[in-house]
Amino acid sequence: MTDISLDTLASSAARPRRDIGIKKRYAAERRFRLYGVLAIAVGLAFLGVMLTSIVSKGYTAFWQTTVTLPIHFDEKIIDPSNKRATDPNVLVTANYPKLAEAALIEKLGIDPSDRATVRKLKGFLSDGSRVQLRAIVAADPSVIGTTRDVDILAAANLDSAYKGQIDLNVPESRRKVSDQQVEWMNKLKAEGVMAEHFNTGLFSYGASSRPETSGVGVALIGSIYMMVIVLLLALPIGVAASIYLEEFAKKSRFTDLIEVNINNLAAVPSIVFGLLGLAVFINFLGLPRSASFVGGLVLTLMTLPTIIIATRAALAAVPPSIRSAALGLGASKMQMVFQHILPLAAPGILTGTIIGLARALGETAPLLLIGMVAFVADYPKTPFDPATALPVQIYMWANEAERAFVERMSGAIIILLIFLMAMNIVAIVLRRRFERRW
Amino acid sequence: MNIMTEKSLEDAVNAEMNRPNEPIKMRGDQVTVHYGDKQALFGVNLDVRQNQVTALIGPSGCGKSTFLRCLNRMNDTIDSARVGGKITLDNEDIYDPKIDVVELRARVGMVFQKPNPFPKSIYENVAYGPRIHGLAKNKAELDEIVEKSLQKAALWNEAKDRLNEPGTGLSGGQQQRLCIARAIAVAPEVILMDEPCSALDPIATAKVEELIDELRENYTIVIVTHSMQQAARVSQRTAMFHLGYLVEEGPTDKMFTNPDDKRTQDYITGRFG
Repeated sequence: MTDISLDTLASSAARPRRDIGIKKRYAAERRFRLYGVLAIAVGLAFLGVMLTSIVSKGYTAFWQTTVTLPIHFDEKIIDPSNKRATDPNVLVTANYPKLAEAALIEKLGIDPSDRATVRKLKGFLSDGSRVQLRAIVAADPSVIGTTRDVDILAAANLDSAYKGQIDLNVPESRRKVSDQQVEWMNKLKAEGVMAEHFNTGLFSYGASSRPETSGVGVALIGSIYMMVIVLLLALPIGVAASIYLEEFAKKSRFTDLIEVNINNLAAVPSIVFGLLGLAVFINFLGLPRSASFVGGLVLTLMTLPTIIIATRAALAAVPPSIRSAALGLGASKMQMVFQHILPLAAPGILTGTIIGLARALGETAPLLLIGMVAFVADYPKTPFDPATALPVQIYMWANEAERAFVERMSGAIIILLIFLMAMNIVAIVLRRRFERRW
Repeated sequence: MNIMTEKSLEDAVNAEMNRPNEPIKMRGDQVTVHYGDKQALFGVNLDVRQNQVTALIGPSGCGKSTFLRCLNRMNDTIDSARVGGKITLDNEDIYDPKIDVVELRARVGMVFQKPNPFPKSIYENVAYGPRIHGLAKNKAELDEIVEKSLQKAALWNEAKDRLNEPGTGLSGGQQQRLCIARAIAVAPEVILMDEPCSALDPIATAKVEELIDELRENYTIVIVTHSMQQAARVSQRTAMFHLGYLVEEGPTDKMFTNPDDKRTQDYITGRFG
């Protein structure tokens, strides 16, 4: 009853409703929202596929199979003619792998005179044992003649087999580990002699032709050198240039031209900066090739426009009222900029800088041109020594055929991504913290 | 006629004070301002008298803020602005190359339309000016300047327990009084106020107006306002601007009761503007 009376009341009082397309408008909004959600879903799906692929291929790179063997540092093998007191080269050139092999033969209970079986042991242990055992002897020569338990790296193929990455159903002649080796592997595994450990070598080794003894150590040092150089050069130069352009320079055709060109520079393909570095820093100035110093200079050039643009935007975003307030109190322009504008722009500048650095860290193309694609096994002592960079190391491993290198490549990608993510998180945290202050 | 009540006595005293017998503090002589090709001020002659409040009124875009900004050379910060004519402070040409603009702004302070405290503590806001001009020899002197300035700006009682809290956390009216305290702290001779109450509610406005009246004792004040009532309440002299010209200038009570120019009358009675 009440409903009816209300209806009649309403219809008598209200004007006839106009059709102003409400339904259509809402439908359009719903459609638009749907497109947005779809776009995000597609984006996330691709990201998910990429990360899953990298992580699933790469996580095993962080584990390395080792064989713990009681190595007898046999004087007859290391120094057969007993000349080490006079000739230090003896300890350097000694046949250390033979020590490891002898220990393995004993462990497996093989008759050392059974040449055919012994030959099958080839490729079981990593040849990296040479460096490893040499280091032990070099550190303490008195170890000669004694026996000591040492974790010897398994060769890359055995490492893959241990991780279950080699299909044992494939005929023996077409795979890289023999049935005999698999049998030994299982035996050692059962005895607990062969086991997986966290792969510290991935972070410490330099370039190597053997996957099990190659790592991103040199590349990490090279990348760190370059980032430090970029930070030390690009941040002060970029911020100073921005402050001058934004606060001091009179607006004129010339400054407009500079502004346009800075924006253009930010869009120049990075490989062009590599060519510039090759022509100017290496050919003209004669700086060393493959050096992280040159890499840092090239990346500085590349990062500068990014930092300048971000800094100028941050400076321009400081409200004009703050400028007026400072000037109105009789602050000089310099005092206004450094005591009021710059502190307020700092979060924006920091964010821009870190994002620029992150871009520089992931940059490969310009480094290829200045010779940082190199086989560098030794740590660079200074930024002027040959080094590689993380993304370049990834690129080089991607060119290798062996399966174990693919695993390391994915591992290196994970390391690089973690660094990039850490930098971006630092950028976000810094911005939040500074912005929240007031 | 000779029987004077207390009220009429006060009026007489006020009328006395409104007479142009105080010395001239600042004088604008044929002041013109161009922004690029556009001329914003046409030959303005205006005297600002010491220890008086001079109100600049007029419709939007009439040049009153432009004139105000000439008085402490804030127009210098606008690249396209050119100022012509002569403006003097104590008979010294402030656009003379010998005059340092930083020193000028220490003598002619400014309070802006929108409260613009620095995003720093209340203490730092007030202490900033004295610090950059080296007005305090030590912390104790600086503390004293801060306290006195806040007291003069009628903010001390509200702010004394929260000196280290951000100035931006105050209410709008308090922020504007903080800005006034900040301007006072530099011990200027003239304070320019560009619509200081336009962003404030009536209660805060009343407080700031009261404050302006008190400040007149020690400072010369020039205030731009859109509110006729405000001009009538706080100023002793009023100048009416229109389209970049100074229409009329005179004692406030005369301007509001018996203006010479018809445009002034139209404007104050609300017929245009």
